[in-house]
Amino acid sequence: MSETPQPLYAPQEPIFPRRVTGFFRTFKWWIMAVTLGIYYLTPWIRWDRGPALPDQAVLVDLANRRFYFFWIEIWPHEFYFVAGLLIMAGLGLFLFTSALGRVWCGYACPQTVWTDLFILVERWIEGDRNARVRLWNAKWDVKKWRLRLTKWIVWLVIAVATGGAWVFYFTDAPTLLRDLLAFEAPIIAYTTIAVLTATTFLFGGFMREQVCIYMCPWPRIQGAMMDDDTLTVGYREWRGEPRGKKHDDTTGDCIDCMACVNVCPMGIDIRDGQQMECITCALCIDACDDIMARIGKDRGLIDYLALADEPRERAGNPPRPIWHHILRTRTVIYTTLWSLIGALLIFALFIRSDIDLTVEPVRNPTFTTLSDGSIRNTYLVRLRNKLGEPREFRISLRSDALLRLELEGSDQRIITVAPDSTTQQRVYVIARPQDPAASIDRTDLRLWVEDVNSDARASRDTSFNGKANP
Amino acid sequence: MADKKNDIDETSGIETTGHNWDGIKELNNPLPRWWLWCFYLTIIWGVGYTIAYPAWPMITGATSGVLGYSTRAEVAQDIARFDEQNSALETALADADLTTLAENEELHRYAVAGGAAVFRAQCSQCHGSGAAGATGYPNLLDDDWLWGGDIENIAYTIRHGVRNETDFDARWSEMPAFGDILERDEIDGVVQHVLAISGQDHDAELAATGAEVFYDQCSACHAEDGVGNRDLGAPNLTDAIWLYGSDVAALTETVRNARFGIMPPWGERLGEADTKAVAAYVHQLGGGE
Repeated sequence: MSETPQPLYAPQEPIFPRRVTGFFRTFKWWIMAVTLGIYYLTPWIRWDRGPALPDQAVLVDLANRRFYFFWIEIWPHEFYFVAGLLIMAGLGLFLFTSALGRVWCGYACPQTVWTDLFILVERWIEGDRNARVRLWNAKWDVKKWRLRLTKWIVWLVIAVATGGAWVFYFTDAPTLLRDLLAFEAPIIAYTTIAVLTATTFLFGGFMREQVCIYMCPWPRIQGAMMDDDTLTVGYREWRGEPRGKKHDDTTGDCIDCMACVNVCPMGIDIRDGQQMECITCALCIDACDDIMARIGKDRGLIDYLALADEPRERAGNPPRPIWHHILRTRTVIYTTLWSLIGALLIFALFIRSDIDLTVEPVRNPTFTTLSDGSIRNTYLVRLRNKLGEPREFRISLRSDALLRLELEGSDQRIITVAPDSTTQQRVYVIARPQDPAASIDRTDLRLWVEDVNSDARASRDTSFNGKANP
Repeated sequence: MADKKNDIDETSGIETTGHNWDGIKELNNPLPRWWLWCFYLTIIWGVGYTIAYPAWPMITGATSGVLGYSTRAEVAQDIARFDEQNSALETALADADLTTLAENEELHRYAVAGGAAVFRAQCSQCHGSGAAGATGYPNLLDDDWLWGGDIENIAYTIRHGVRNETDFDARWSEMPAFGDILERDEIDGVVQHVLAISGQDHDAELAATGAEVFYDQCSACHAEDGVGNRDLGAPNLTDAIWLYGSDVAALTETVRNARFGIMPPWGERLGEADTKAVAAYVHQLGGGE
């Protein structure tokens, strides 16, 4: 019965990814440069929208409830654009995962990109893998303190810049930067920067692969989108085994040099097969290709593979072409759905009117009797002017019945709406006592608003309640 | 329970805990240690939280927390902040000339929005949430006004009320109960006359006799042609709007026993700014003159 007590909690195994060069590493450097560039620079792009509106190209203006994206301005009631983009992002993720496995994780996920950046800094200050292992095991002397502190300070600077860039998306960037430096910015700006600085520093510097393995739900969901035709990073075990240093007919191509293991940022051995920890960053492919080139073997002992090809490859046949794996029912369905929503959104963007009209019939009471016996209905008309200049709208009524239109507080039928804002106007529709609309239950009518100076117009259908309305 | 140490599961290659239930083994996938530390941290955080903020229920209340935080104080702070934000508009409204209020768009919008809120809280009990009134309580949406429908008259009525005994300046008039003064057939004639001048079905013969009675008894307040007199709060009897109903029974009741609608004065309770706000709100409901 007695046994050594088993550990219930595992300490984090330190990982020291070795430097690697190659096609995928270069590709990832480019992705890092582009994504970080977009993230840090976007808030600083200016876009002239006229005097009444902000000139920041991308701005989430929470206080005024507007989202600006270059020439597009989204109002809160147009949130379906954001919902549509989120659905497209989701479907896009499904598509890429079913075709290419965890490419998002390996190439574009912020956790991967920032970890890569932090490892780059680490390597630059403390040296490559062997030096870092030595430093890890070394006593905490002056040199170790100096290297560690330098590294942490650089990390911290990157982390502050990361949190700092985030807040610029929510208000005018140059103004906020001035305020931040003068300690006059709102407390929420400093809090946001502090929280994002802490998470970036912690996740990029110390948590790294732990975030992917234990905190992120995505790896667990992905299994549902992958199948035997999904291209993932794998080891051609039939070509590599039995592995060994000897170089003769009894051994496979794998010389057990551990290059693939040493470069892995997740600390796994890809030769054990597909595993949950693998983010398919493809660095082991670069590492192995480098070794294969040196010992004069073909590249691709570790490569992007589809499990479906395994029997063919074992039999000595070449794998099927990539498009054969990528073009299959589920990817076609994902692509179709993705394009469909994208096309709908673009269509919606183009038919979007620069005026917006809502008509809310007042039903408390359903109608009012006037002193001459006329029946009056009230409507709350909300008019949105999405342009940067004030506009005048003429309001009119179309109906088969005889009805009169009046505006509260005005003898005219003109509503003026200030730039980029909404106006509410009480509108009255009146039926004379002798006209049928006053006596019957309901009469359909349509309210039109037309820009006095352009051909922009909008209409809403509503109804008029007569005395027979219960 | 355990048969051997460090048993490795064949399928997964992971060590088991050695626990075996009828052949079902438990894999030992240890939690990361930092996860455990996070768990301890939440406990420490939780204890600290209950010390810092109101938490533990006691007999007469709860521990107040060392930070002295209270949601009630936060609400009071928010209200004070909004009062501060609106103080300029509030002062301007209290000093505003009602006849020119609509020209100041920002102040007018503020007054109407504030007036709507006060109306719902203080006025809707009698006049209805949509201001449509009820029998005996005037409809504020239509174009018929007992005491005048321009914004200053509306404000006066709100400020001093109608026929109340608390405000010396209240609107006042009192219709006599004609049941003690007129004979029954005279009353029937007046009722038919009123039906006639308001364009409803009536008995022409009775109405003709009623016209004389009306001239003698009613025209002093309601005017000879029955259009009423706003100075006396005497309603217009020729239009389509009836506070107590326009059928024979309702009219007979009114003539015999009279009506005596009361509205309390609101000027002191609401204060100057809110009184004007309600006036502005009521004035823009559709009947304002």
